[in-house]
Amino acid sequence: MRQWRFEVYGRDQENDICAKQVIEDILELGINSVEQAQSAKVFLIEADFDDEFARRVARELLCDNVCQDFCIGKTTPPAGLAKATTVEVHLKSGVTDPVAQSIITAIEDMGSSCKSVMTGRKYVLFGELSQEQTSRIIRRLSNDCIEDVIIGTEAEPPSPLAEPYEFQFRTITITDLDNAQLEKLSKDMDLFLNIIEMRTIQKHYQSLSREPSDVELETLAQTWSEHCVHKTFKSSVDLEFEGETIHFDNLIKETVFKVTEDLNKDWCISVFADNAGVVGFDETDAICFKVETHNHPSALDPYGGAATGIGGVLRDPMGTGLGAKPIANTDVFCFAEPEKSFDEIPKGLLHPKRIMKGVVSGVRDYGNRMGIPTVNGAVYFDDRYIGNPLVFCGNIGIMPNDKCFGDAEPGDLVMVVGGRTGRDGIHGATFSSGAMTHEHETIFSHAVQIGNAITEKKVLDTLLQARDAGLYVAITDCGAGGLSSAVGEMGEKVGVEVDIEKIPLKYAGLNYTETWISEAQERMVIAVKPERLEEVGEIFAGENVEATVIGRFTGDKKLTLRYAGEQVGRIDMEFLHNGVPKYSRKACWEKPAVTEPVIKAKDNYNDDLLRILSSYNVASKEWVIRQYDHEVQGSSVVKPLVGITNDGPSDAAVVKPKFNSDKGVAISCGMNPFYGDIDPYWMAMSGIDEAVRNIVCVGARPDRIALLDNFCWGDCNKPEVFGSLVRAAQACYDGAMGFEAPFISGKDSLNNNFICDDGTEISIPATLLISAMSIVDDVNKCVTMDLKNSGNLLFVVGLTKNELGGSHYYKVNGSLGASVPMVDIKVAAKTAEKMHKAITGGLVASCHDCSEGGLAIALAEMAFAGGLGIEADLRGVIKDDDCSRAEVVLFSESNSRYIVEVKPENYDAFVRLMLDVPLGEIGKVVDSKTLTVKDSAGKAVVDIETDKLKQAWQKPLKW
Amino acid sequence: MAQVKVLVLRAAGINCDMETEHAFGLAGALAQRVHINRVIERPEMLEDFHIMVFPGGFSYGDDVAAGKILANQVTHHLSDRMRDFIAGGKLILGICNGFQVLVKTGILGRVDDVCDEQMITITDNDSGKFEDRWIWLEPSSEKCVFINPDTRIYLPIAHGEGKVVFKNSGVLNKLKADGRVAFRYVDEQGNFGGFPVNPNGSTDSIAALCDTTGRVLGLMPHPERFVRFTQHPHWSRLEDKARADGRMIFENAVRYAEKNLL
Repeated sequence: MRQWRFEVYGRDQENDICAKQVIEDILELGINSVEQAQSAKVFLIEADFDDEFARRVARELLCDNVCQDFCIGKTTPPAGLAKATTVEVHLKSGVTDPVAQSIITAIEDMGSSCKSVMTGRKYVLFGELSQEQTSRIIRRLSNDCIEDVIIGTEAEPPSPLAEPYEFQFRTITITDLDNAQLEKLSKDMDLFLNIIEMRTIQKHYQSLSREPSDVELETLAQTWSEHCVHKTFKSSVDLEFEGETIHFDNLIKETVFKVTEDLNKDWCISVFADNAGVVGFDETDAICFKVETHNHPSALDPYGGAATGIGGVLRDPMGTGLGAKPIANTDVFCFAEPEKSFDEIPKGLLHPKRIMKGVVSGVRDYGNRMGIPTVNGAVYFDDRYIGNPLVFCGNIGIMPNDKCFGDAEPGDLVMVVGGRTGRDGIHGATFSSGAMTHEHETIFSHAVQIGNAITEKKVLDTLLQARDAGLYVAITDCGAGGLSSAVGEMGEKVGVEVDIEKIPLKYAGLNYTETWISEAQERMVIAVKPERLEEVGEIFAGENVEATVIGRFTGDKKLTLRYAGEQVGRIDMEFLHNGVPKYSRKACWEKPAVTEPVIKAKDNYNDDLLRILSSYNVASKEWVIRQYDHEVQGSSVVKPLVGITNDGPSDAAVVKPKFNSDKGVAISCGMNPFYGDIDPYWMAMSGIDEAVRNIVCVGARPDRIALLDNFCWGDCNKPEVFGSLVRAAQACYDGAMGFEAPFISGKDSLNNNFICDDGTEISIPATLLISAMSIVDDVNKCVTMDLKNSGNLLFVVGLTKNELGGSHYYKVNGSLGASVPMVDIKVAAKTAEKMHKAITGGLVASCHDCSEGGLAIALAEMAFAGGLGIEADLRGVIKDDDCSRAEVVLFSESNSRYIVEVKPENYDAFVRLMLDVPLGEIGKVVDSKTLTVKDSAGKAVVDIETDKLKQAWQKPLKW
Repeated sequence: MAQVKVLVLRAAGINCDMETEHAFGLAGALAQRVHINRVIERPEMLEDFHIMVFPGGFSYGDDVAAGKILANQVTHHLSDRMRDFIAGGKLILGICNGFQVLVKTGILGRVDDVCDEQMITITDNDSGKFEDRWIWLEPSSEKCVFINPDTRIYLPIAHGEGKVVFKNSGVLNKLKADGRVAFRYVDEQGNFGGFPVNPNGSTDSIAALCDTTGRVLGLMPHPERFVRFTQHPHWSRLEDKARADGRMIFENAVRYAEKNLL
């Protein structure tokens, strides 16, 4: 057998898109000596082909003869170009290569076969490069977590076939270790268990008079990881705040969970119980929603981390009840500002621009391939995210009302469905529970998971068929902790036994522990009655999805693990799931020493307006949005980009999940880390208010809002950091209670701090993402934010206060301020209700949430999205007494405000409806594309063409 | 009354099959989603259908190149059946990834029916990335049964590989002479232009091709994504509430089949 090497390259080198991007990437590194680049795809196929068949494979399969050429063997750079550097990038041995799998199948379709396929990319760079520059370029072109790089043309990459595994049972001696030894063991094995937990485990095994096996210890570490069990959020807390101590027995139960309990809405079907929160949709169907973070993996491998972030969260609805069909994605990212020199990047970190590009492409490629519209999202920039970018991926699914619950019973079979298990993603759950350091890149490369969207799509297609045929009784997804968590959770109430050697592997060489805890992607676990096994098997086999029985639910309330007949682990479910020690934590919070800046009043605020519009947080995210398919499934109603030229910023998205119904689902989010620097309580309240405003703006029902919380914090072992989290959690209760909008699901990601090689620590700002989902009764009544017609009247609904603290106006002027926006929750709820009545009553032509940047930004966005102008007068704005200065009214970010466009004929009805909420008429829509705003003296403090505003807003992220 | 039957092909990674089935349903046909494995197991089932659709998506992950693996599968398992299907006067529609598949099987990628060589392909957008945006299409074929030759329509595209290119410059003239260029990208007024009017850099602004019979159409835009007024990207600004340009493609196909194949 011979290894055939094929290289395929574009015939028209001048238009080699890949090469152009490579040159662009290299220029972004500050290296401008590479004048030209060539790229080629490399295929290494081990097979018994003859020459003729090899040529057929090249011509008919690998190469597109219209625009590409191929070479069997190695191409050499053109003669005379001595300054050429050849770089070849191959996946590391064992990393999933989906293209290789497709090629194997395609060669079979051609009537032949092959033993193995590897694919790679080859780059030839022309120009003088130092060794240091070459290695920087290589870091950019490849990811050493998952890829090997070969420089030059001599070596061939190693064969992917690994050595077989020889079974060897291992126990870990812990019963007679002292504290220091226990701590060392935890560190050496990457268990991320602290000393109290190690002692608890030690005591347990002392009482059993035996040592744990390696797989038992690993299973406990996975199940008890912060990522899986949320120890911090469940701990008892004493919060020192304003001279008082407030005690919580269980923080989350007394804040986020409690509000849902207290509200006790009959449309909540399953909350905080399953992989996603489930609420009612209509008579026949329910919808569920989950938002996850995938921060640590995305820091190491932005593309793969983000892709598996979306891939992972999609499996949550798929693994909720008996499985939901995903209908919409939402993605929120936090990055450091992208324009930076490489000197500013601490050692061990990737450049924020690379992280952002990688994350966006990862979400794009996975989400688009799955055929799920990505309809909502946000991107925030703050340099404190440099060490820990945040990647929030969310998904909404729909499922029949009678498929919202599942349960495994003794005798049911455990079946793993989908992808095979490999060495990828080992220790993902424990790794993501700790702080990041500059050494993480090398130490935890194995924690990065590799996704293949098409495998997951196949699983989804077949699972829904099996669900509708009633062929399985319970389901969950393999996420953090892999099979150890998934099977462990499913068997929690009854007990389960697994034969680990039956788990299908991607390649030989995995030991039983690696197999058990691997976080390889695209796997689901179902419980099947033995008598349905054949039918369920047929469905999966019919569409080339692997499904394998690996064990059985028992009834003995134990987790039993075997390898080739030999028992390798046996843990009490009670100890596994409830043995984790309960913590009590200290928390404190003090108002930081912040003050209001003194900024000189100006005659005209055009410049400030332009600067805010072109600040990264406010600027158009069209570059990101267009890379996502937001229309697949044919369900879109309100798209992320709206307006006369389809490029205005929508407040929320609406999809219509059923072809035969005009009922819709709306999705929005709210978040503002800057406010948290002043007061995390008001940050959280503002986030909730913003999510509610956004969703109300498009026409969704305020009385059907379901909320999700995602807390991303720094090192919560520090009482002051934890204190800010507790304050935010308190606000979650108060805000959700006020809007009567229950939380239905949530997730936290703590320890988002980065320790540089010099020991300095970079911690993310306290970041709370609030996601909201609600119902739209009739999608035909939805409203968008773009101005519709000249002559229409403009109103500000809601009270404007002197609340510039944390505002973008202060930010572009270099300050933070102190007067953070607060929420008058009663007024806020009333306003949302009235706005909804106005919208569904057809009284509103357009409506926009007034948030980042305040009134001036909202007006600008509405104007340029509609291709129209505005004449406004600040005298009309309903405001507090201390809002005499124009810039306060223009830029204050007071909550609970909406800008509303109303046709003159609807004036009376609208004003009458709004009687008991603050309502100010501020001006009208005009044809001339100019935004004019007059202050209390009648002087124009803003007068600028909307084209200029739009340009400023679009420019920063037009990559 | 007999009903037009449409086979909507499924395969790993195809993801627009549901909405395509729905669009044909709206047009009065009976559409059925069938997995490629079932078609290969029992290819004679194609005889029961009047229209076959290759929907959008990422068949087999677009591994190697967009649509390539599925095209290879169709070529090696179904090429005779496909030929019979077309020869029997029936219709084939390829949308987005389906267009890529039809080109790479040769069904739309060849220029002369006698020459076996693929002369047309669809490759990476000039922008180098996937993009979702709405574009205007000017019909430019008299013979394509799916289109209204005098109606400019507005549809979304969503692809990363949509640039139609040819092996040599003679191909374009031949396609034009044969009436095979079905749609070209234009602006709202009907003018040709660069990006974003022509969103991918396609040669001669070509967005869709048909075969010489006019009964096989491949197009990059997604007609199944505009079969309802509220799918329009700024429907909330429009007065004409009946508008849904994509429906025309499905209705024309079904009307043609009703008239000629039932």
